[in-house]
Amino acid sequence: MVSKKTPLYDNHVALNALMVDFSGWQMPLHYGSQIQEHQAVRKNVGLFDVSHMGVVSITGKETVSFLRHVLANDVAKLKNTGDALYSCLLNEQGGVIDDLIAYRFSDDCFRLVINAGCREKDVAWLQKQAQSFSVQLKMHDDLCLLALQGPDAFLKLAAIFDEATVAKITALKNFQFLMLDNDVMIARTGYTGERGVEMILPVEVVKHYWDKLIDSGVQPCGLGARDTLRLEAGYNLFGADMDENTSPLISNLSWTVSFKDEQRNFIGRAALEKEKKAGISQQLIGLTLESKGVLRNHQKVKINDDSLGEITSGSFSPTLNKSIALARIPMTNASEALVERRGEWLPVNIVKPKFI
Amino acid sequence: MSDYPRELHYSDSHEWVRLESDDTVVVGITDHAQHQLGDLVFVELPDVQSGLEKGDELSVVESVKTAADVYAPISGTVIAVNQQLESRPELINQDPYGDGWICRIKPEDLNEMDELMDADAYQASVSDTNE
Repeated sequence: MVSKKTPLYDNHVALNALMVDFSGWQMPLHYGSQIQEHQAVRKNVGLFDVSHMGVVSITGKETVSFLRHVLANDVAKLKNTGDALYSCLLNEQGGVIDDLIAYRFSDDCFRLVINAGCREKDVAWLQKQAQSFSVQLKMHDDLCLLALQGPDAFLKLAAIFDEATVAKITALKNFQFLMLDNDVMIARTGYTGERGVEMILPVEVVKHYWDKLIDSGVQPCGLGARDTLRLEAGYNLFGADMDENTSPLISNLSWTVSFKDEQRNFIGRAALEKEKKAGISQQLIGLTLESKGVLRNHQKVKINDDSLGEITSGSFSPTLNKSIALARIPMTNASEALVERRGEWLPVNIVKPKFI
Repeated sequence: MSDYPRELHYSDSHEWVRLESDDTVVVGITDHAQHQLGDLVFVELPDVQSGLEKGDELSVVESVKTAADVYAPISGTVIAVNQQLESRPELINQDPYGDGWICRIKPEDLNEMDELMDADAYQASVSDTNE
């Protein structure tokens, strides 16, 4: 398969990015040093091209009932234009097909932003479920995504927007968004644990904004920094920390499943209720390694001799200057565990899965 | 673009070797290797005085992305290690052929140097695998 390029491919190459294949896309891993990029986002501001992610619009008079059926979180919580929420898309077994953000434009128009590697299967799944609803689905390959993240993100918006627009964006609360005249959508969302915005914008605009922001001194950041930033913030990565065989209830995502409306029979609900009734057997927790070395995905975790788990995301935390990980382990009150690394069992601490 | 100094010798597992005037050698990992690994965060150094056969594990370098073994490019005894790497592993990224050296070895048999590649051969071997 030939991997796809975002419209900013040449810009990344011009900035000396190390380009790698990610879910079938040629994406920048870093532009020299992923740790420097990570720190730029924590201390100042960084810019990410995340145009590999998919934008799907759902329109039609049954949009709300359709989304209340397919999403584990309840879009009825979104009262106003410009409200958004995080949700899992579940299968009938309660496994996670994908995680996404749903943006409400109106009762008959929503947008979903989905993971790059899940584009085809999500759209196929949604199309299948949509057959019994009066809705239309459209994949927007004409739209790009940029994430501007960090404490100085709002300051740097002045490079691309006038004062009045910057003020409007700055006034947004978390998980609110607005549409500008030039079809640019700006949302107070992100995957780094810092203040910032994500922008969904037409191809014609994206290069212009990218160049202006980079010229104003914003650090370009690759997927390497994106991964360590999200891990420090305790955000799950689909495909690593949860997938079609794990439910949100064992993925630290119970808070994203809305059981409140008993009439709402969303896909996966029956399976999750059964799981709750039987007793939830596993949990996604955080691990920190105080000694040298880096925890890696799939390393075994031992709480006591007969209780085994596995690291789902392991990496190095540039902020804490030590290795951190997310791991799925049996339910326990233990505060310490052992991780198997190169034939040795290293002591690690069990912590809440939010590291900063 | 990676750098391939002409005065160095190279192994196919991406170590470089510099012959010093006292017939000892300094060993590190190549610019190509550090580039592929990305930001290094830990370096496990060999013990001074340890004896090594060519191909033995000499050190482990860990980047944010992955861990990699560093192999002895020549048989001999480790006579010095770069202690600075304990606290500043990033020296390997910043200066792989200088401040980022890993250790100094007193070789058993300098003829083993002939089995290593010169800069052109090493550069050709890594461009085959597509940098």
